[in-house]
Amino acid sequence: MKRRGRHSVYLRFAAAVMLLVVFLFPIYWLFMIAFKTPEEIFSSPPAWYPAAIQFDNFRVLFKDGDAKTVFNSLFIAGASTLLAMFFGTIAAYSLARFRTGGENLAVWIISQRMIPPIAIVFPLFLLYVWLGWVDTYHGLILLYTAFNLPYVIWMMRGYIEDVPLELEESALVDGCTRWETLLKVVFPMVRNGLFATAVFTFVFAWNDFIFALVMTRSEVTTYPVQVTHYFGAQSNFWAKIAAMSVLGAAPVFVAVAFLQRYLVRGISLGAVKG
Amino acid sequence: MARLRLEGIEKSYGKVPAVRGIDLDIAEGEFAVLVGPSGCGKSTLLRCIAGLEEVDAGTVTIGDDVVNDMRPRDRNLAMVFQNYALYPYMNVRENIAFGLKARRTPAAEIETRVRRAADMLGIEALLDRLPRQLSGGQRQRVAIGRAIVRDARLFLFDEPLSNLDAQLRDEMRTEIKRLHQELGKTMIYVTHDQIEAMTLADRIVLLRDGTIAQEGAPLDLFERPKSKFVARFLGSPPINFIPARLDRNGSTLAVRCGEEAVLALPPERAAALEAHAGRDVILGLRPEHITGSSHVGERPEHLVPHQVTIDLVQPTGTRLYGAFALAGIEVLAELQAHDVERPGETIEVLFDMQRAVLVDPDSEEVL
Repeated sequence: MKRRGRHSVYLRFAAAVMLLVVFLFPIYWLFMIAFKTPEEIFSSPPAWYPAAIQFDNFRVLFKDGDAKTVFNSLFIAGASTLLAMFFGTIAAYSLARFRTGGENLAVWIISQRMIPPIAIVFPLFLLYVWLGWVDTYHGLILLYTAFNLPYVIWMMRGYIEDVPLELEESALVDGCTRWETLLKVVFPMVRNGLFATAVFTFVFAWNDFIFALVMTRSEVTTYPVQVTHYFGAQSNFWAKIAAMSVLGAAPVFVAVAFLQRYLVRGISLGAVKG
Repeated sequence: MARLRLEGIEKSYGKVPAVRGIDLDIAEGEFAVLVGPSGCGKSTLLRCIAGLEEVDAGTVTIGDDVVNDMRPRDRNLAMVFQNYALYPYMNVRENIAFGLKARRTPAAEIETRVRRAADMLGIEALLDRLPRQLSGGQRQRVAIGRAIVRDARLFLFDEPLSNLDAQLRDEMRTEIKRLHQELGKTMIYVTHDQIEAMTLADRIVLLRDGTIAQEGAPLDLFERPKSKFVARFLGSPPINFIPARLDRNGSTLAVRCGEEAVLALPPERAAALEAHAGRDVILGLRPEHITGSSHVGERPEHLVPHQVTIDLVQPTGTRLYGAFALAGIEVLAELQAHDVERPGETIEVLFDMQRAVLVDPDSEEVL
């Protein structure tokens, strides 16, 4: 019995390691290419790791100003996340607590999220040309905000509905205004949900390709669009592609690592009864 | 601290009326208990006072201010909720201080007041704990602490003890009564538990279907109920109701229960009920007013004897509840521990007709 138990643990462990290797290898390879010299990138048999860490590939990106696209992405995704979270949470509060629009409004709102971007990107492009918003920060920020709002509203409505009403009522009687209640009671109670939703919202804007491709020219190009510029008709600039991708992936890694502790649920345990 | 006056309060949820025209005047320092079966509108009424619900009609006056259009925070009340409503991310100290902070009280004063409240409730040692580290009773103490720390005009309690087990409930009930005596604040307390209502209240307001069935001092309601509903709601075990007839019996009146029992009324009660002679009534008698006869020496006139066969006994220790059938109804009598040894015995019981409540079967009002 004991032997078989141990075997099955080894087996499962081996399977997990293999899966991990399969999934992590492309990321490993990406990082390795980013630090390799051109000779190493195309050497055969392949070099599994660079002989020496060198930053030439990155240096080129910064020298040519390509790295600015990462900043563009960061700014646009960050700003649209803040806007969507702020307005989305207020709207969600209204839906959850005041029954604004009845039961159907919330469903209608989330249905907006189901629109395939490809279906609206060209009408929107024409609108943006008319408004003169193509290739501007506010153009993209607004677009991502609008596209993320339904998701934020839907998610936050669920989290807010889970906050016991009595906590808010108690705060109201104790001397808080509605806004103070939102700030001092609802926000702390939904903190985990708030961060989790923000991460998803940010990642959507960060990863978006189609809107950014159509709506930008040269001023506010985001990094996913920039990466495609390195795919040429004759050859692909693998060093730049890899270095750019590393630059683009890094902020998300950092953000998730930092926010992970908030993504762990459990703070609202013991709020009511117990 | 202030007086509370309610005039013509009405409140509906959609088409469902919850409170239907309530007038109430609660004096400064009074402990008023709103009690009634679920759905009677007692919690709604409390929420209207707190400002958590807007009234459809009528005025709410606290002290000298009509507060109808005031937000809850401006009414300066403190409220204790059934589910404690403690903020899980704050420790006990922060929870208690929350209302003071919201009202921008100076930090030094907050500290003193929190200490004093914690001291009164015996929770000084818990100040740095989080709510989830507390037991139910401790949480309720913190919730009460959060209310008493404020210098509120009214204290509202919405079924604060319902989530506690029986023993803890008794303990906290005593605590709340003591707090009221020490603080002398106007308190309004909602419960569905008649024992809580009887023990805590200076004044009971008994609600039914959104209206006041009767209000007054606990003993007043208990001894002089205006209706069958009030008589049945208060008292445990509940009052017995026996279908009967008010007949002339020589010079006096008697209550005839079925074929078996003719229970003469004492003269002064008979005189008062003279107008109702000859009609059907419901005889209401509490179990404690149907007693065994063996311990009574000289028997006063208003104790009317009758032979009954006890078919069920429920000993409680010092006393014993014995059930017998009368006019087709199961009637409960409160006997001494050894009045009946086993079911099936026939004994003589005494009906205290001075305490008898006679109800009109149609209107269910007390005659």
